[in-house]
Amino acid sequence: MADIQELERIASQVRRDIIRQVYLCQSGHPGGSLGNADLLTALYFEVMENDPSFNMEGKGEDIFLLSNGHISPVFYSVLAHRGYFPVKELATFRQINSRVQGHPTTHEGLPGIRIASGSLGQGPSVACGMALAKRMNGDDKTIFVLTGDGEQQEGQIWEAALFAPHNKLENLVLIIDDNGQQIDGPTEDVLKLGSFEDKYKAFGWDIMHMDGNNMAETVKVLKEAQAKRNGKPTCIVMKTAMGKGVDFMEGTHHWHGKAPSEEQTKVALAQLEETLGDFPA
Amino acid sequence: MLSLDKLQQTGKKATRDGFGAGLKAAGDQHDNVVMLTADLRGSMKSEDFINTYPDRFIQCGISEANMMGVAAGLATSGKIPMTTTFANFSTGRVYDQIRQSIAYSDKNVKICASHAGLTLGEDGATHQILEDIGMMRMLPGMTVINPCDYNQTKAAVQAIADHHGPVYLRFGRPGWPIFIPEDQEFVIGKALHLNEGSDVSIFATGHLVWHAVEAARELEAEGISVDLINIHTIKPLDEEAVIASAKKTGAVVSCEEHNKYGGLGSAIAECLSKNQPTFQEYVATDDTFGESGTAAQLLDKYGLGVKDIVAAAKRAIAKK
Repeated sequence: MADIQELERIASQVRRDIIRQVYLCQSGHPGGSLGNADLLTALYFEVMENDPSFNMEGKGEDIFLLSNGHISPVFYSVLAHRGYFPVKELATFRQINSRVQGHPTTHEGLPGIRIASGSLGQGPSVACGMALAKRMNGDDKTIFVLTGDGEQQEGQIWEAALFAPHNKLENLVLIIDDNGQQIDGPTEDVLKLGSFEDKYKAFGWDIMHMDGNNMAETVKVLKEAQAKRNGKPTCIVMKTAMGKGVDFMEGTHHWHGKAPSEEQTKVALAQLEETLGDFPA
Repeated sequence: MLSLDKLQQTGKKATRDGFGAGLKAAGDQHDNVVMLTADLRGSMKSEDFINTYPDRFIQCGISEANMMGVAAGLATSGKIPMTTTFANFSTGRVYDQIRQSIAYSDKNVKICASHAGLTLGEDGATHQILEDIGMMRMLPGMTVINPCDYNQTKAAVQAIADHHGPVYLRFGRPGWPIFIPEDQEFVIGKALHLNEGSDVSIFATGHLVWHAVEAARELEAEGISVDLINIHTIKPLDEEAVIASAKKTGAVVSCEEHNKYGGLGSAIAECLSKNQPTFQEYVATDDTFGESGTAAQLLDKYGLGVKDIVAAAKRAIAKK
């Protein structure tokens, strides 16, 4: 049984790390990172079988791929606290000579990263390849891949959306962060996305929904998706609030890719409990 | 040691047929070799591999961007994926997918690209890519290979399966003379010396190697001694071979079925300008798109014929 409170405590530290990483280098994407702190915490600390000693192939492990690479601060914080690399390395985020690059990359050898992402729309295809390989290798574990909702405007997304059901990739779980925001404003204004449920259903996927800022619900739905083997890939439409956990960042696109000032950082951190210890600045 | 008299045509087959044969051989050797295609299995001459290993064949449909990503995922999981489609759809159409998911992500993906260049023929310029070597050569860590006949293509496919790292393998559509000995070793990054000579260096890649052989025979008949070198691996370039030959002859011709910008000629010029500055003539397309026609008509019209190489060699020598 998951200890939901403990997971929430981890997520609180992850949110502090996000704010502090972005503040320190005055660069990065806090909004979407904050919104996904609960999801990544649930995946790495409860749902996925994963080994922080890290090998690229991930045989016998569940795999997570971040397609919307700009929310790297949340990914880095979760990987570090899970033990993939030293937590103190978070202080080097986006700085010269760091493995903790602006967007995730395998190129600098940071444990936990299996594919570079940042140019959007590519993660689901890579996830399809990994899901296919797991099946070919007789490995029954699950591939999770996260995309933004704005990212669903990329054409390659829909190529993968055709490929996965055609190949019956039942070990693939695509999560869409449906926060309704992208850089230039609400998705509704920038380029309407319509119903993800209708679209993915029509493509042959199973659909699930969850509130990605409700830890208990997130864990429950992820585990259901992980266990499901019915010949179809699963798409989870996940509602989150961009900027979740910091009142002045919540529900707006303004903090998509903007760093807080010293004063704003103080206000933000006052709202987030330090539970595992801050990384040294 | 090869020489012009040993380079006789022994048959005629397309380089893409060589790809199909090489893929089957590589598949026999490595059970993690998998083939992907984007609705062009027939054009890739790979039925032997597909029929022998149906579980290792992945049909992606007309979704090249997705195919590149799927290949990256397969490679992450220990497979040796070979993506297949036309060269145009293997490069320009999916440049960013190759750049981020394959090259920057250090994935062991082999991008196998057929129907490169003008010799694709009647389909015309939409399909005749002449910029692909340049695009792929610019990607850090990418190996770029353009074999010249059936035998060399077959050997190259086996070599890239043994090699760890991303590779762009470029080959073509038309039936083409077979002249490289079947048992000729293929070493990635190692130029193949086809003839020793002292008056002019001719560096050639892909289909134009045969034209260069024919041109060299004509030049030798006129008393001009040709140092003929097949550069099948454009990146990494065998700089030692290029510099040594240029030093010996003092006159250079580069021959390729590609734009004069970014391809083999550029690679040689970059190498020689800093090591052994030498007059160079380019047998390449002149910064233009192609058009419909037969392969022979197009090679003639766009200045990639035997006579064009002969003329270029004389111009290079005259500048000495």
